[in-house]
Amino acid sequence: MKNQTSFIGQLLRSDLGSRIFFGLLLLTAVLIPTLNLLTPEGSALHVPIYTVTLLGKYMSYALLAIAVDLIWGYCGILSLGHTAFFALGGYAMGMYLMRQIGTRGVYGDPLLPDFMVFLNWKELPWFWQGMDLFWFAMLMVVVAPALLAYVFGWFAFRSRVTGVYLSIITQALTYALLLAFFRNEMGFGGNNGLTDFKDLLGFDLQARGTRIALFLTTALFLGIGYATCRFIIGSRLGRVVEAVRDAESRTRFIGYKVENVKLWLWTFSAILAGIAGALYVPQVGIINPGEFAPINSIEVVVWVAVGGRGTLYGAALGALVVNYAKSWFTAALPEVWLYALGALFVGVTLFLPQGIVGLVARIAAKRKAS
Amino acid sequence: MASLHPERFLQNSFTDAPARIAGRENDVDMRSVLSTWLIGAAALLWLNGARAQDEAPAAETTTQATAEAVAPAPQGVAGLLRALAEASYSEKEDLLKQIVSEDAKAASAVLKALLDSRLYAKADGTVVIATGDGDTLQLSDAATGETAGSASSDELKRIGTNNALRKALRGMIAQLQLSNEDADVRLAAVREMMRSLDDSTVEVLRAHRQNENDGDVQSAIDVGLALADLQSDDTEVRLAAARHLDGELASEVYNALLPLTENNEDGSPKEADDRVRSAATAAVRSIERKRSFYSAIETLFFGLSLGSVLVLAAIGLAITFGVMGIINMAHGELIMLGAYTAYVMQQLMPQHIAAATLLSIPMAFIVSGLVGVAIERGIVRFLYGRPLETLLATFGLSLVLQQLVRSIFSPLNRSVSTPEFMSGSLVINDALSLTTNRLYIVVFMFVVFIGLQTLLKRTSLGLKVRAVSLNRGMARAMGVKSEWVDAATFGLGSGIAGVAGVALSQLTNVGPNLGQAYIIDSFMVVVFGGVGNLWGTLISGMSLGVINKLLEPWAGAVMAKILVLVFLIVFIQKRPRGLFPQKGRMAEG
Repeated sequence: MKNQTSFIGQLLRSDLGSRIFFGLLLLTAVLIPTLNLLTPEGSALHVPIYTVTLLGKYMSYALLAIAVDLIWGYCGILSLGHTAFFALGGYAMGMYLMRQIGTRGVYGDPLLPDFMVFLNWKELPWFWQGMDLFWFAMLMVVVAPALLAYVFGWFAFRSRVTGVYLSIITQALTYALLLAFFRNEMGFGGNNGLTDFKDLLGFDLQARGTRIALFLTTALFLGIGYATCRFIIGSRLGRVVEAVRDAESRTRFIGYKVENVKLWLWTFSAILAGIAGALYVPQVGIINPGEFAPINSIEVVVWVAVGGRGTLYGAALGALVVNYAKSWFTAALPEVWLYALGALFVGVTLFLPQGIVGLVARIAAKRKAS
Repeated sequence: MASLHPERFLQNSFTDAPARIAGRENDVDMRSVLSTWLIGAAALLWLNGARAQDEAPAAETTTQATAEAVAPAPQGVAGLLRALAEASYSEKEDLLKQIVSEDAKAASAVLKALLDSRLYAKADGTVVIATGDGDTLQLSDAATGETAGSASSDELKRIGTNNALRKALRGMIAQLQLSNEDADVRLAAVREMMRSLDDSTVEVLRAHRQNENDGDVQSAIDVGLALADLQSDDTEVRLAAARHLDGELASEVYNALLPLTENNEDGSPKEADDRVRSAATAAVRSIERKRSFYSAIETLFFGLSLGSVLVLAAIGLAITFGVMGIINMAHGELIMLGAYTAYVMQQLMPQHIAAATLLSIPMAFIVSGLVGVAIERGIVRFLYGRPLETLLATFGLSLVLQQLVRSIFSPLNRSVSTPEFMSGSLVINDALSLTTNRLYIVVFMFVVFIGLQTLLKRTSLGLKVRAVSLNRGMARAMGVKSEWVDAATFGLGSGIAGVAGVALSQLTNVGPNLGQAYIIDSFMVVVFGGVGNLWGTLISGMSLGVINKLLEPWAGAVMAKILVLVFLIVFIQKRPRGLFPQKGRMAEG
C-alpha cells in the first residue's frame, strides 16, 4: 500500500506540466460527455457526438505521440516507423470487429469476413482464429506490436544500429509492411482494409452511448499510459535511459546493458502505440494499409517536435494542436494544408527546437527574471 | 548517438594515413568488381553485334510502298486496275501479274490491299484503297497513292477474292518483297512468310534461295524451308529438317517441332519415325535451353536497368548523405523537379522533342542544383551536427515542394514523350529484345557516374569537397572556404538528382509523388553500399536491381520488393556500415 501512495504522491508532486495534463484530461473526460448528454441539441453549449469522437481520435493520437516521445525524447531513438505498431494494434482490433459482423455482412457468411468470400476463400486463415474472442483480440493488440518490436529491436540494438541508420530501417520496416498489407493474399482485406464494423462487445458502434464509452476508455488509457511513462522516466531505469541518450558509449562502459535498456523501452513504446491503434479503429471505423505509410510515422514525430520533445505532455499537446490544425485546414483550405505542415516542420526545427512547451517555458523564465 | 556526426569528421586528421590507404585499397577492390560488371555489359553488347533489325523494316516497307506509290503511275496501271474490278477470278491473277511487271511499287500496295479486302472500285470505275473502320472510309488512289477523300462503304464496290486468288496473292507479295534491294526488307519478308507457310510461299522461297547472296537472308530461308520439310512424307527429308532446326529460336520452329515429340491421345507417338522423333526432341531441348539462357540475359538486363535507375536516384544522395552526412528527405522532390524540367522543356519546344530532352539534362541540373543550394543556405546550414533535425526540416520542405508542383502543374500525372532515337527496341534474336530507352538509361547512368567520380577525384572542387568532409577545421586553415564548399557540394548532389529526374521521366509518369516513390529506395541503396562511397552506391544499386528482378518471376513484383526490404533490414543488422564500409577513424561513430 505504501508503494502505491508514494506512486500517486509522486505523480501529484511531479512537475507542473504533468499536473496541468492530468487536470485537463480529467476536465475533458468529465465535461465533454456531460455537455453532450445534458445539453439539448442546438444549444450553444452542446457538444455534438461527432466532436466527441473526434476528440477521442485525437486522444488516441496523443497516446501514440507519447509512445514516440518516450523513445525519442528520452532515449534518443528516432523511430520513423511507429505507425507500424499503431496499425498492427489497429488491425488486431479491426479483426475482432470484423468477426463480430457475423451474418450481417453483404455475403452473410457466418464465419468468413466479406472480403474473404469475395476472394473465394473457403476457410478462415489460422491467424484469424480466436479473433472473435474479445480477450484474445485484446491480447493480440498488445502481443503483435510487442513481438515485432522485440524481434526488430533485438537485432537492431544488439548490432548497435543507431541514429540515422536506425531511423531509415524503421522506415523501411513500415514501408515493407505497407506493401505486404496491400496484398490480398495476406488475408487482411488488401487495399480496402477492414471496415463496415457493426458492434463492439455487443454494443452498437454508432450508438451515442458506445461512442462516449469509447471516448472515456481512450481518456483512461491516455492517462494510464502517461502515468506509466512518467513512472518509468522517474525510476532508476529512466535515469539510465537518459544516460543512454546523452552518452551511449559511456553508459555501456560503466557497465549498463544498453541494448537491454533500449530493447525494453522500445517494446513498451510499441505496446503503447498498439493500444493507441486499437482505440483509434473503433472510433474511426476503418483500418487500411495506408496507416502504415512512412509519411504518417514522420508526421507523428512532428507532433512530438511541435509540442516539445522529452516532456511527454508536450507530445500530447503537439498531437492535439497539429491534428486540430489539420482538421481545420483540410476542411477550410485543403490546398494550404501541406504548405502549412511543411512550414511547421521547417519552422519548428529551426526556431523552436524545444517546441511549444519550450517556448512557454522561455517566456515564463523571462517574466520571472524581469 | 549519431553515426554521421559532422563533429566526428572534424576529429579526423586530414592526413589520416591508414584511412586513406584503406580507402584506396577499397577503391581498387571496387574497381575489379566494377570491371566485371563492365565486361558483362560489353559482352552483352557484343552479342548483339550490329544486327539491329526489328519490326521497323517491315513497317518501312509499307510506308515506303505507299510513299513511293505517290509518284504518278503510268496510265497503264490505272487502266489495268479498272479492268481488275470487272474481271473474273482467273483473269484477275493475270491482270495482277501485269500490274506487277508494270509498276512493282504501286503493285505492292494494291496486292496487300486486295489481300486484306481493302481494295474498292468507285462508281466511276477508279480503284481505291480504303483505310479506317466504320461507315466512312479514308480513300487513296490505288494507282497513284494520292489521297482521294473519303466515302461511305455503301458507295464503294469491294473487289472480291477467292481462296485460290489469295494464295496467289501471297506468293506474289512475297516475290515482290524478296526482289527488294534492301537485305533487311528481304529478311523481314522471309520472316513474315514463315508465319504462314503454304505451298506457294515455299515455292517462292525455294526459287529465291539460289539467287540470294545475303548470309542472314539465306539462313532465314533455310529455316523456312526446313519448317516446310517437317511436313514432308519422306522420312529422310523430315529428319534432315529436324536436325537443321536444332537451336533455332523462332517461335514457329518451336511450335512446329513440339508436336513431333508428343503422343496422340491413344498413346502412339505423333511422329512415327524414331530417328525423326529423337532429332525433334533434341532440337526442342536445345531450343528450350537457349530460350532459358536468353530469358536469363533478359532478366539480367531488366535488373541492370532497374539498378541503373536506383543508382541514378541514389547517387546524388550518396553525395549529400554519404559525403556531407546530411539527411536530405527532399531528395526525391529534387528528382521530381528534374522530371518536371524535362516536361517543361518539351512543352517549350514541342517540335524538337529530342533536342528538348537532351537540353533538359543541363537545365534540370541547374534547376535542382539551385534549389539545392537554396535549401543548404536557407535551412541545412543551421542544422549541421543535428542529423535528425535536418531530416525533419527537409521532410517538411519536401511536402512544400510537392504541394508547389501540385499547385503549378495540377495533381495529375504529366507524360513526357520519348524522343525517337530512344524508342523502339533492339532485337537480338527471336528470344531476346532489349528496349532502347532502358539501354540508354544504363549508358547514361555510367556516364553520370564516371563524370561525378572524375569531378570528385580530379578537380579542385572535388579535392575541396573531400577535404572539408574529412576535416573541416584543417581545410579551413588551408584556405578552403568551407561554407562555399558546403553549398556547392549540396548543389552538386541536388543537381545530379535533377538529372536523374530527366532519366526517370523517360520511364515513368511524371507526377507530384514521383520523388516519394524513390526516397526510401535511394536511402536503402546508399546505406547498403556503405556511406561515403560512390563505388559502393554503384554496386549496391546494381545488385539490388538485379536481385529484385530475379525474385520477381518467382515471388511477384510486390513480394520481391518486400523481400528486398527485409533482406536490407537484416543486412544492416549484420553489417551496420554497409557493403563497403569506410575504414579508419572516419568509420567510428
